[in-house]
Amino acid sequence: MKEENVIEVNQLTKTFGDFTAVNAISFEVKKGEIFGFLGANGAGKTTAMKMLIGISKPSSGTAKVAGFDVYSQTESIKRNIGYMSQKFALYDDLTVKENITFFGGIYGLSRKKIKEKREELVSELGLENISNKLVGSLPLGWKQKLSFSVSLLHEPKIVFLDEPTGGVDPITRRQFWEMIYKAANQGTTIFVTTHYMDEAEYCDKVSIMVEGKIEALDTPKKLKEQFRVDSMNDVFLKLARIPSPTLPKGNGENIDRN
Amino acid sequence: MKTIGYIIQKEFKQIFRNKGMLPIIFILPILQLVILSNAATYEVKNIKFAYIDNDHTSTSRSLIEKFNASTYFDVLTDFPSQEKASSAMLAGEVDVVLEIPHQFEKKLLKEKTTDLSITINAIDGAAAGVESVYVNQIVQSFNKDVKMNFRNTSNKIAQPVTIESIPSFWYNTTLDYKTFMVPGILVLLVTMITLFLSGMNIVREKEIGTLEQINVTPIRKSQFIIGKLFPFWVIGMGLLTIGLILAKVIFNIPMIGNIILLYGFTSIYILVILGMGLLISNFTDTQQQAMFISWFFIVIFILMSGLFTPIESMPKWAQLITEFNPIKYFVEIVRMVMLKGSGFMDILPQLWKTLLYAIIMNGLAVWSYKKVN
Ligand SMILES: Nc1ncnc2c1ncn2[C@@H]1O[C@H](COP(=O)(O)OP(=O)(O)O)[C@@H](O)[C@H]1O
Ligand SMILES: [Mg+2]
Repeated sequence: MKEENVIEVNQLTKTFGDFTAVNAISFEVKKGEIFGFLGANGAGKTTAMKMLIGISKPSSGTAKVAGFDVYSQTESIKRNIGYMSQKFALYDDLTVKENITFFGGIYGLSRKKIKEKREELVSELGLENISNKLVGSLPLGWKQKLSFSVSLLHEPKIVFLDEPTGGVDPITRRQFWEMIYKAANQGTTIFVTTHYMDEAEYCDKVSIMVEGKIEALDTPKKLKEQFRVDSMNDVFLKLARIPSPTLPKGNGENIDRN
Repeated sequence: MKTIGYIIQKEFKQIFRNKGMLPIIFILPILQLVILSNAATYEVKNIKFAYIDNDHTSTSRSLIEKFNASTYFDVLTDFPSQEKASSAMLAGEVDVVLEIPHQFEKKLLKEKTTDLSITINAIDGAAAGVESVYVNQIVQSFNKDVKMNFRNTSNKIAQPVTIESIPSFWYNTTLDYKTFMVPGILVLLVTMITLFLSGMNIVREKEIGTLEQINVTPIRKSQFIIGKLFPFWVIGMGLLTIGLILAKVIFNIPMIGNIILLYGFTSIYILVILGMGLLISNFTDTQQQAMFISWFFIVIFILMSGLFTPIESMPKWAQLITEFNPIKYFVEIVRMVMLKGSGFMDILPQLWKTLLYAIIMNGLAVWSYKKVN
């Protein structure tokens, strides 16, 4: 049985003036997959993602998301995807419940459905005691989990997560990945960017972006074999052409200082 | 429709939850109305008045006494000569000099007519105009037969100062400047607060990143914009109400015309301002930028609205520009309806232009609002 591609990207490019932020990237993502979109800061991950979710017009190349064209069918794409921005983007001055109601409302969910989702979400996240507190007063980890849940409110086919675990503690990161797995098991395709290489191990497939280009694209297992290393972190170090990690650390530091 | 409801609900919650914003919306306008209405007036008081009495008769003294008795004039001294008086005026010590000629009394009694010469410091043209009116009133009430010679100090040519008619005199017979100013200040308050609030509100969502989150939802531009602007439309109408109540209670300004007409016009006018706020927010990335641009337009619009300086006294090109100033129309309408009792047909020209303006502004704003960059 041939699996269905929900994202198809071909030679997608974005330039700002004469700077090419995303340079002719091509890849495919299958339904239900967790696709890790890796790269250092400034590699072009966010820029690429914004083209896929229909808020930034590509300079050239083609892409289809959920079967819709990123140039001409952005509004149809938006009905089928969820997005969690790199910057926390719920309303700090609304309560947990009010945020859920608002986003449910603008996605066009019925009043009944919103109420259902709100109760389900609050109990799943264990937010019963603080569901009437302003979101601004919550710790970052909770905000991120809430934000992820809100992006799933309208049951999208694909959810785009831009560095969802940036700045949160390891335990929360763990819980966050459990939530991602749960959503993936229910059939949601996950497109997630990160610069934590250990998180790459949790993905079904990863791409590694360096300076706007995709330099590696495969399953974590195959990439480790290909580069003959034990961890995704080492794969990344090789790709990024950082001076050999075998060099004794102490020496390197001494040389730098003298 | 339901989607719009969710946005409106959210906006109101945020506005009323923002403890820093509420005073700006409701206390500031009250202060503005009370302070500005008292400070911004055409009324000229404490005019420094001096005289040269060449006659020294009981008639000349009683004329001077009339000026002394007026609350507008502070009678300083008499000057021995025209030269002394002129140099005092150049030094800014004197605003108005009255010169009573020799044989003033004699001529008045025998020939039934005589001359007086008046010199007014016309550096501040608006004040000079008002001063000449006051002098005129006092002299005429003293004796109808006295002819006055107005002189202008700046060039010393004995030429009558043109007396600018002040538009308020007609319908504001008591010359109460507050009656004239309060409706104007009311306009400022409704305009400034709705423009600043609406412009800054959307840019703020840009800054905190929530606008991007909204742009990835399938919401339609028009739904979002209507939902966003409606609460500020309500606030604008609320401000009008507060202003009208204050005008009545504190300043006892009459409402001669139909109040519903005023509300009807305002409801369209606010759309112009909201469209403008949205347009500004579409072309700016930070609240600071939005604030600067809003100020730029507000200052120009206010100065060219006829609120503080009559439009008739502006150069032709400036008068042409005022045709594109929505505040000008609103000032006219508020004064017309409140003070003159103008009806629907009277305000129709301004109404049409404002409606057209609202359509263009909001059209541009919706068109330039981009969900995709
Ligand atoms: N609107 C823009 N105008 C100009 N340059 C931009 C713009 N957005 C992003 N960039 C540049 O594109 C590069 C990639 O940025 P980004 O996609 O945010 O990287 P990442 O998400 O991988 O950290 C950076 O060098 C950034 O400065
Ligand atoms: Mg990024």
